Amino acid sequence: MRPVTTITGRMVPLDRSDVDTDQIIPQQFLKRIERDGYGEFLFYNWAHTDDGTPSSDFIINDPVRQGAKVLVTGPNFGCGSSREHAPWAIQQWGFDAVITPSAADIFRNNSSNVGLLVVELPQEVVSQLVDLAATPGAEVTIDLESQTVTADGIEEHFDFDPTAKDRLLRGLDPIGVTLTHEELISAHEQARDDRLPTTVEAGASTP
Amino acid sequence: MNAPLTLFEKVWANHLVIDADPSLLYADLHLVHEVTSPQAFAGLKASRRTVRRPDLTIGTVDHGIPTTNRALGIRDPLSKRQIDAMVENCREHGITLFGLDDPRQGIVHVVGPEQGLTQPGLLVVCGDSHTSTHGAFGALAFGIGTTEVEHVLATQTIWQARPQTMAVEVEGSLPWGVAAKDLILGIIAQIGVSGGARHVIEYRGETIHDLTMEQRMTICNMSIEGGARAGMIAPDETTIRYIEGRPFAPKGKQWEEAVEAWEQLVTDEDATFDKVAEIDAGRLVPHVSWGVNPAQTVPVTGQVPSPDSYDDPLQRDAAVRALEYMALRPGTPILDIAIDHVFLGSCTNGRIEDLRAAAKVLEGRKVDSRVNAVVVPGSMQVKAQAEAEGLHDVFESAGFSWRDAGCSSCLAMNPDVIPAGERCASTSNRNYEGRQGRGARTHLVSPAMAAAAAVAGHFVDVREWEGS
Repeated sequence: MRPVTTITGRMVPLDRSDVDTDQIIPQQFLKRIERDGYGEFLFYNWAHTDDGTPSSDFIINDPVRQGAKVLVTGPNFGCGSSREHAPWAIQQWGFDAVITPSAADIFRNNSSNVGLLVVELPQEVVSQLVDLAATPGAEVTIDLESQTVTADGIEEHFDFDPTAKDRLLRGLDPIGVTLTHEELISAHEQARDDRLPTTVEAGASTP
Repeated sequence: MNAPLTLFEKVWANHLVIDADPSLLYADLHLVHEVTSPQAFAGLKASRRTVRRPDLTIGTVDHGIPTTNRALGIRDPLSKRQIDAMVENCREHGITLFGLDDPRQGIVHVVGPEQGLTQPGLLVVCGDSHTSTHGAFGALAFGIGTTEVEHVLATQTIWQARPQTMAVEVEGSLPWGVAAKDLILGIIAQIGVSGGARHVIEYRGETIHDLTMEQRMTICNMSIEGGARAGMIAPDETTIRYIEGRPFAPKGKQWEEAVEAWEQLVTDEDATFDKVAEIDAGRLVPHVSWGVNPAQTVPVTGQVPSPDSYDDPLQRDAAVRALEYMALRPGTPILDIAIDHVFLGSCTNGRIEDLRAAAKVLEGRKVDSRVNAVVVPGSMQVKAQAEAEGLHDVFESAGFSWRDAGCSSCLAMNPDVIPAGERCASTSNRNYEGRQGRGARTHLVSPAMAAAAAVAGHFVDVREWEGS
């Protein structure tokens, strides 16, 4: 994974609460078995009319918003389905970060795993950023190392899981990191109770 | 004397490989389905890794499969490719798969408990947010994303920030005609769609103790709709009786050892929770959702609310958008809302007791001619059981379509899409915009309420029908 350090870019405001992952990437786009190609379907139902043409009044379709890097949105962002297609779609549209008062638990984990930076800030600060972002050229800088968000008249610290931070800064592969603990995993595995279930069917050979 | 612990804390401690923040936990059971796993298997292959414990992994197909004419195969080429990939990935890695032609096929969260794989004290993960269902057995069960699916396949472990604990204390008996679905909708209405965020809920109290396993699964299933990481209920006699004799349940001496271990899985008397919510089940009534998230519900006797009834400006804006999407006016009595479709099924309400509750309402009645009504059993085993009881005759005589098992209209990834602008009374778990199809309007209800609405063509208070 590409390391995540500092992100500077223009903002797109989406001032709604409880935006669920069904809105971020609707179900009809979950049939593909690839990891890419989801960007054009981001917020599809909001971004398109019934006949599939892009809605000119939905903000991510606005030509002046193209190339923006940071989505600024309301609380409980990414609630609902565990689909990782949601952070994939956000990233593949072009965003590197989401700023929200609160992200849903699974969405936060998924984003961290794919290198989409999710920054949680107090509602008042997010509201200020939403106001700033009304001007299409307004930029924000997110520095993961110092855990700081900076924009015109705003400098705010944010909390971030230190393990995820280290992994993101160094661009580490999470499975590779875990496998460095092989001895501990094996020890736990060997101590497990014999009565615990397996999925091996009666009569089948153990792999 | 050890410090008193909650049920969650005991199960968490039993799975710690590395006790830190986040902690590394060992997964006992990994459920895999066709939609969130193909990229994980592809990732494994690309990095030349294998599945560490195929014997702790189980596959089923549920999200994208047709519920009619299966013998004809899958017509949607993308869905077909996804199912084919699932079959091939399970074959290649030696994972047991309940495929389309297997009599055990069904929704992943129906199949696990039904086969006896879901057991108290286990750590269960699946690339699906409704994995919280399995917490009904006193397992710690939560949904994960595709990168985490790959991680569990490769290592059988998962990194997790330690959640906080939340008790939902439920007292009082569920009144006549009020279902487990109404209880969980009532809980979500009280705590909100993010009230459980960063927490694991334990549902507790007399009311919970008196519920059947299937009712408990309905409750735990929708924990995620309250934003919780997981929901749990302590195992008891009801749990043990449910598991005994199921295909993957322990047998003989191991059964006795298991029961002894499960009996320890209760919250100690003096243990404390980070957060507590209290619900009086005796005051609950059947709920109907009017909006586009599962907290936007009202009693069936109520009216569509006005956005002005919300103090919080964000909630008010959300209500305005919800009313527009749902094409509803404030003050409209719920009983006056006409419906076009009824969907009875899903991992929330697709089990045999749900089908029985609906069939009881439908006995001797007919679906309104304007309503398209469908039953999709949660698994092929549920379907077989219902047919053995003659329930399919009740449904078909009433005018319901009787289908094969799958997720179906809950998320409309298969052909069972609700058309734009049409209104569906649904026993599923999410009334999000577009969830059942672009422009489709979903109203969440219990199985009995869905059946009654199918007959009347609009919502009715099923309490006035039951026992009639």
